[in-house]
Amino acid sequence: MANYILRRLLYAIPIAIGVTVICFSLIYLGPSDPIAAVMPDEASAADVQRIREAYGFDKPVPVQYALWLMRAVQGDFGNSLQSNRPVLDELIPALQNTLRLAVFAAALSFAIAVVVGSVAAYSQGTWLDKTVTSFAITGVSVPHYWVAIMLVIVFAVELGWLPAMGMGTGSSRDWAWDAEHMKALILPVISLSLIPAGIITRTTRASVLEVLSHDYVETLRAKGLSEATVLRHVLKNASPTVLAVTGLQFGHLLGGSILIETVFVWPGTGFLLNESIFKRDLPVLQGTILVLAMFFVFVNLTVDIMQTWLDPRIKRD
Amino acid sequence: MSADSVAAAQAGEIPIGQLRSRGYWRSVWVRLRRDKVSVACAAVLILIALSAIFAPLLSPHDPYQGNVVKRLAPIGTAGYLLGTDELGRDMLSRLLYGGRVSLFIGLFPVFCALIVGGTAGIAAGFIGGRTNMAIMRLMDVFYAFPSILLAIAISGALGGGFSNVILALALILVPPITRVAESVTTQVRSYDFVEAARASGAGTWTIIRVHVLSNVLGPIFIYTTSLISFSIIVASGLSFLGLGVTPPTADWGLMLSTLRQAIWINPYAAALPGLMIFVTSLSFNLLSDGLRSAMDVRL
Repeated sequence: MANYILRRLLYAIPIAIGVTVICFSLIYLGPSDPIAAVMPDEASAADVQRIREAYGFDKPVPVQYALWLMRAVQGDFGNSLQSNRPVLDELIPALQNTLRLAVFAAALSFAIAVVVGSVAAYSQGTWLDKTVTSFAITGVSVPHYWVAIMLVIVFAVELGWLPAMGMGTGSSRDWAWDAEHMKALILPVISLSLIPAGIITRTTRASVLEVLSHDYVETLRAKGLSEATVLRHVLKNASPTVLAVTGLQFGHLLGGSILIETVFVWPGTGFLLNESIFKRDLPVLQGTILVLAMFFVFVNLTVDIMQTWLDPRIKRD
Repeated sequence: MSADSVAAAQAGEIPIGQLRSRGYWRSVWVRLRRDKVSVACAAVLILIALSAIFAPLLSPHDPYQGNVVKRLAPIGTAGYLLGTDELGRDMLSRLLYGGRVSLFIGLFPVFCALIVGGTAGIAAGFIGGRTNMAIMRLMDVFYAFPSILLAIAISGALGGGFSNVILALALILVPPITRVAESVTTQVRSYDFVEAARASGAGTWTIIRVHVLSNVLGPIFIYTTSLISFSIIVASGLSFLGLGVTPPTADWGLMLSTLRQAIWINPYAAALPGLMIFVTSLSFNLLSDGLRSAMDVRL
């Protein structure tokens, strides 16, 4: 197993390098020269050239990549073209705000999915199973940003119970663990949980069914164990797959929260990304995507290693 | 396959190959038709597709001609069955026209990704060795991004717009299709009948055409259909963010985004475009599931 973990760690290195290459090339995908795009129209050719040299854009592309990477690994993603503040200073609070959403959404969807998924597996073929299965497929087929808007209509516009947008008090971007902030968390977390809840429910149902089909479950029952004890055995055996899928969904929540953050004007990474796209703030765009993708690589790596550790039967090659 | 046709085949009346292939597709068709959910979903999708195609004939109003006096009229207003939007344009007409753009930017990338990913995956699986390594490791890099994030990053960096959204979506759909195509091809290649064909002197192209393609296309196709729903949701999501088509073009995602700002005045107008995305995506998902069990494909 140690061998596998070591190989898995080594394997993450080329992937991480590939990710940096993609993030770096993002600025060259643009319709125009990245420097010309940020310069005012009245700037002279000499000014453009001076900026180009100042930012190292006159060097060959591989050299630019190496310079960019060297700075990026030290946490220097350059300055925002809008606020002129270091990208990292904007990124860290945004990342914290997104993490709050993602952690709660992952926990909520996991809690719901494990319960209803196991219930569905235990009552396979009944109306209960069919109801759960249809809810799960709805969860993965529904545009979650639309559900978010519908939730706002019901709970903010019509009932006035919860805030329609923002993170607690007004436009403040400071977080506190009080009722005001927690209330603002409810609707975004519910909307974000839909997709992972659907996916984890399906996984739980399938893995519990798979475990239930084994002879040893029958043996446990034959030994006279209570159904609760049998259930514990079943869940324990189904857990590696379910936990792995939950881990991956957590990674997707971090990167996929942009639509929900846009609906709720939640000051997280998605919101930052959205702003940077429309203001053509390329350093912020590049830095945010790089950090989110690296986080995703890290989550995937952790999930793989955890899964091998939880279930050593899983043979890897 | 009925006992009669088997007997007929044995008697040499029907060529064996023809019997087998016709029997399979016919049984898929029969199973699919018996599945009420699949039939209903197919009917809904055909209806949506037809209403998008014939939008100019069906629309009661010009989808781009607004009436300032009749802004945000509620559902059921005389002359405007589904009300009007924030610029006083007829909602029904805009939803019909919106289907054209939304379906196209949802479906076309899947088609492109099927061609590219399918070819890459089959090539990787069939050739194996270093080619497989190169193709699959490249795909792994794309897998290192949460897919929605990658789509937003690419279309955002490209500057948004209709064709950039299609390109971004196709790019995020290629890696999963390649993976599935590679794994089924690798599996089929290891089967004895491929070995037997090679041993009896079949050329590479014959093996690919007859033995490999006929066995891998079904699973690849089924898997691809399961991505349509995701593609439609993400495509509309990109439009919702403002990365897709530009106003005043009618598109479900873009309509959702502009009507969202009017929820304090007429909350239910925003429900309609999202409902269209939802119904379309759900129908594709259920139909794909039905097709998978009818074709008896395990992935």
